[in-house]
Amino acid sequence: MKKIALLLCLVLCFSVFSGCSNSGKTVLRVYNWGEYIDESVIKEFEKRFPDIRVQYETYTDNEIMYTKITNSSTKYDVLIPSDYMIERLIGENMLAPLNFDNIPNYSLIDNKYKNLDFDPENKYSVPYMWGTLGILYDKTKVHEEHFTWEMLFDGKYANSILMKKDMRDALGVSLKSLGYSFNSVDAGELNAAKDRLSAQKNNVLAYVNDDGMDKMIAGEAPMALMYSGDAAYCISENDNLAFAIPEDGSNLFFDSMVIPANSEHKDAAEKFINFMCEKEIAEKNANEIGYSTPHTGVYEALPAEVKNSFAYPETDILEKAEIYKYLGEEITSMYERVWSEFQASL
Amino acid sequence: MKKNNLLRAVALFPFLIWIILLIVVPVILIAYYGLTNADGVFSLDNFRQFFQPNYLRVFGRSLYLALLATVICLLVGYPIAMILAGNTFKRKTLLVVLLIAPMWMNFLLRTYAWLTLLEGNGVFNTILQSLGLPKQAFLGNVNAVVFGMVYNFLPYMIFPIYTSISKIPKNIIEAAKDLGGGNVICFFRIILPLSVPGILSGVTMVFVPGVTTFVISQFLGSGKITLIGDIIEQQFMHAGNWGFGAAISIIVMIAVVLCMWLVNRFSDDSEVIMP
Repeated sequence: MKKIALLLCLVLCFSVFSGCSNSGKTVLRVYNWGEYIDESVIKEFEKRFPDIRVQYETYTDNEIMYTKITNSSTKYDVLIPSDYMIERLIGENMLAPLNFDNIPNYSLIDNKYKNLDFDPENKYSVPYMWGTLGILYDKTKVHEEHFTWEMLFDGKYANSILMKKDMRDALGVSLKSLGYSFNSVDAGELNAAKDRLSAQKNNVLAYVNDDGMDKMIAGEAPMALMYSGDAAYCISENDNLAFAIPEDGSNLFFDSMVIPANSEHKDAAEKFINFMCEKEIAEKNANEIGYSTPHTGVYEALPAEVKNSFAYPETDILEKAEIYKYLGEEITSMYERVWSEFQASL
Repeated sequence: MKKNNLLRAVALFPFLIWIILLIVVPVILIAYYGLTNADGVFSLDNFRQFFQPNYLRVFGRSLYLALLATVICLLVGYPIAMILAGNTFKRKTLLVVLLIAPMWMNFLLRTYAWLTLLEGNGVFNTILQSLGLPKQAFLGNVNAVVFGMVYNFLPYMIFPIYTSISKIPKNIIEAAKDLGGGNVICFFRIILPLSVPGILSGVTMVFVPGVTTFVISQFLGSGKITLIGDIIEQQFMHAGNWGFGAAISIIVMIAVVLCMWLVNRFSDDSEVIMP
């Protein structure tokens, strides 16, 4: 009933506009994180496949993407969500198994990024980028020997932190700073993490998403909770910045390309995924956005200083890091409730 | 006569479709989502969830800040409207252009521009520093949010008041003065009461978007001042909890309608003052 009413409403609205988008070309809808691609790559794809037009849209976190694909009548063809979200989508039968015959470049991806826990038989996803969560800081303002998550809650950093407005990341680092897991399923632990986030308000200069990058580059804040790739980009723009992966253990994430089960252009979508795995294209993306590549050839061609940087951390850091898991419907709605209570506490 | 009715019906038709599609249907959908649970069964759980201290505090803050912004807009806007309507000021066209020009720009962009001006290393702070004054934290507090509301909504206060003041026949004012009324009496007994309809639309057009805004609090409040609009946006966009989001929307709508009803009642009484 819900769906039907909504659908009717949307169909009515859409029928007004749909006339202009059909020019005989296949329209491939790609839905990706913001600031997460070299956009010239899309143009190149369209040049290579003249009968496909890419409609590119972006989101700021996995949850927004999930809400959009489950509630909107728009049918996307390629998504690039993170590990735990892919696990959720697989569990809810929302992804189409990939035909790897159409994605020969999959063989160029390093085997250690295949068959990960969120897609154990690697039937649904092709790795795009990976990275870690850490603290981007201004070397002229922050002088610490050891970086831990505790820093973000330390009273001496009043009005200093750009805090991510992402549910799993914010609650995750708060949980971790209390000595709990990034994947805690305990109501008591979560509430403690929430209270800690509320108390952190005095330390926070602003709650941000991608806009945190510009602020750090402009030298607005001493430190920010940030993904390694975004941090690499900021550092390339401002020499005073540096990135630290907290010693008490970070979050390791993988963002992979998937095709929703309701995609109407699966062939074109697989062409797109295959194209993104071409060495030159993967290289362009990796260079532009600064995230760590799962592509063997691209990795090997990297200059030594990048290979040795935080973008490709040493094994012990990776082993200590946790990957987000999908925690099931019940726990996820507990997270959502705790998160909106936190927002209301501001 | 009949022909006129038909013409009117034809002319009204697009508007009617518009209203039904974009106002009536969404309101019905919101009521439906708000009053049902995840399984589509009637339930008041969504409303119950709202009545806890955190959410009520945010709602109270939204009403208070919107009220504050409305009062400031009225105090600042009324004199400007009078200047626009009067004859003494020679560069009225310029003033109107200055007031309207920012509205040609996108609302988001306009608000975003203030970020650059007010940031820690922004334009204002750079000026302060070059004068040897200490930096100020302009953003991330209640003042910034109220400022954002006043800045964005002020024209919506000025123009309705301007319209109703300029509609006051000049001879009424002349008559008042002939009868010995000074400027002050003239203002309080003639101009102010006759401009009440303009004030009312102005107040509505500032207060309602003020209560429901979420962009201003996110940009200028640095996300540190949560308003009720932020909670609603989060429930729809992020949590996927449309039921709760819809319930809050309904509560806000009821509150806004109540406020407007109160204002209107007050204004009906005030007409008694008029001779």
